[in-house]
Amino acid sequence: MIRFLLRRLVNYVVLCFLAVFFTYVLASLTFDPISLLKAHKPPPPAATIADKVHQLHLDQPIPQRFLTWFTSVLHGNFGDTVYGSAIAPDVWERAGVSFRLFLFGTIFAVVLGVLVGVSGAVRQYRFSDYASTFLSYILIAMPVFVLGTLLKYGATELNYATGSSFLLFTGETTPGFTGSFGAEIWDRFRHLILPTIAIGLGPAGAAYYSRYQRNAMLDVLGADFLRTAAAKGLRRGRVLYRHGLRVALIPMAALFTYGFATMIVGGPFTERIFGWYGMGDWLIIGIQTEDTNLTATVTLFVAVCVLVSGLLADLAYAALDPRIRI
Amino acid sequence: MILDEDAAAHPPTDDRGPSAPSASRGALVWRRLRRNKMAIAGAVIIVLLFVAAFTYTWYWPWSYTQPDLTAFLTAPSGTHVFGTDNDGFDLFAETMRGLQKSLIIGLLVAVLSTGVSALVGSVAGYFRGWADWLITAIVDLLLTLPGFLILAVLSPTFRGKTWLLFVLLIAAFNWMITARIVRGMTLALKEQEFVRAARLMGLPSWRVISRHILPQITSLLIVDATVNVGGAILTETSLSYFGFGIQPPDISLGTLIANGTSSALTFPWLFFIPAGFLVVTVLAVNMVGDGVRDAFDPSSTRGARRADRRELRAERRAARAAGRDS
Repeated sequence: MIRFLLRRLVNYVVLCFLAVFFTYVLASLTFDPISLLKAHKPPPPAATIADKVHQLHLDQPIPQRFLTWFTSVLHGNFGDTVYGSAIAPDVWERAGVSFRLFLFGTIFAVVLGVLVGVSGAVRQYRFSDYASTFLSYILIAMPVFVLGTLLKYGATELNYATGSSFLLFTGETTPGFTGSFGAEIWDRFRHLILPTIAIGLGPAGAAYYSRYQRNAMLDVLGADFLRTAAAKGLRRGRVLYRHGLRVALIPMAALFTYGFATMIVGGPFTERIFGWYGMGDWLIIGIQTEDTNLTATVTLFVAVCVLVSGLLADLAYAALDPRIRI
Repeated sequence: MILDEDAAAHPPTDDRGPSAPSASRGALVWRRLRRNKMAIAGAVIIVLLFVAAFTYTWYWPWSYTQPDLTAFLTAPSGTHVFGTDNDGFDLFAETMRGLQKSLIIGLLVAVLSTGVSALVGSVAGYFRGWADWLITAIVDLLLTLPGFLILAVLSPTFRGKTWLLFVLLIAAFNWMITARIVRGMTLALKEQEFVRAARLMGLPSWRVISRHILPQITSLLIVDATVNVGGAILTETSLSYFGFGIQPPDISLGTLIANGTSSALTFPWLFFIPAGFLVVTVLAVNMVGDGVRDAFDPSSTRGARRADRRELRAERRAARAAGRDS
């Protein structure tokens, strides 16, 4: 069991490194921050440009640039942006912002998806099954930038209709908000609701899990071992959840890593729409300013998130399927 | 969007049911598809959208390049059915133009990426060796790195170039999962007698692949291409939303929605109309995709004759009732 997880860990770390390496190289090849600088009016003097080239290490070959950057990352320094400010001081805060979004979004998506999927399978062809199928079809067809804006629109209307301002949708805290610890948590919670729903219902969110869970559960419902469990006199709830769901969850563990990597893509959209300053926002800035260090830093964050999700999926897999543990 | 890992585990089998002893497989699939009301509805919607989008210049007085300088930001009315944007452009013309782009890109990407998956997957499975190793490694790597991220990083390379390059790049990061499934199926098919016979007869490898292996997995490829269209449209609009895809002066549904997002509360038509078209398009495409998949899947009940379905449902209900009583 430990050996299985260790082997997977090594595999993931190698993939992580390769992912960051390839992104760094691709970004170095396609990005041309100097041309953006040259486009300024009036054009900066040649000495300034030469300085910039040197400062961004553009006079070195790409593999050497990567090595310089990567060794400094290992020392906790993520390099400078194209404007010359250090990346490192903001990394942890931004990573925290995005991580919180992904964490709650994933929990919301998985729990809701599994519940809806199982209830759809157990109540197949009833009204609730048709209703949830219909809804999940619409959600699968709806990109997160449409869903997020719709939620924002709906929240404004709701706040207006109820005359309250319970749902907050700009930033992750109220600027200048001070209060007791409890009040601060409450303030953050109110800011968190809509973005979590947006990312949890977005691509590879609850709708994705519910469709697969429904199919997996339907397969299990027709299996012989479930009939045996019922025949030996177990109650229906126990048959369905202890014997059925446990087996039907196994394929979901395999889907989880891929689903998570897809869900992360919703990050930049959600952060931009709800005014969060996280990694997704940085990715967009990094690409718009053609900033290799910034983009590679975000890629490293994404790769580490996917790594953690992969390990979690492996753990869940081992916990659900006893054959793995041998 | 929806991937079918199951397909790898169950290679397609001939499904000549007792109801149609003489019908060919194609005719059977076609009949099942025709009986599926959702799929037909989806197909009708797509055809209507296609015709409306590509012929709009014939029946619509306004063009997406000609602003109406007497109407800025007007709400939907008689002259401008969908209203106008802040530069006086007719939103109907813009939406139709955007729809053209999104539809054609979705179709091209789906066909291309399925072609690549077929090629790569069958080559990897057939030749094994280093090609197999390399392809498996690439697939693993690209599953860790979200395609959106790489495409966004690559966006400076196709800025200002033809949109066909954009199509090629989306397709280049969209084939991995299917290639993996095709590889698995090729591994299984390679050991079958008819393939071994073909090889022993001295046929060159490319001919064995094209004549004996690929025809066996056509159904998977057709399903994959159909299912991919929706995902491709979403990828295109997501990238265009941030300006990483189709760029002004050209229009896609993504750029239109991005323009409308900031004014969704004040000028709702600018957001809701293009967003509605996008969701309806992807929904219709997915309905057809699921219909095609069910038509090819012998174990599926959707699209089966209603009497059969009722019988099956009654059977399941009886089994469930039996499970409850005992």
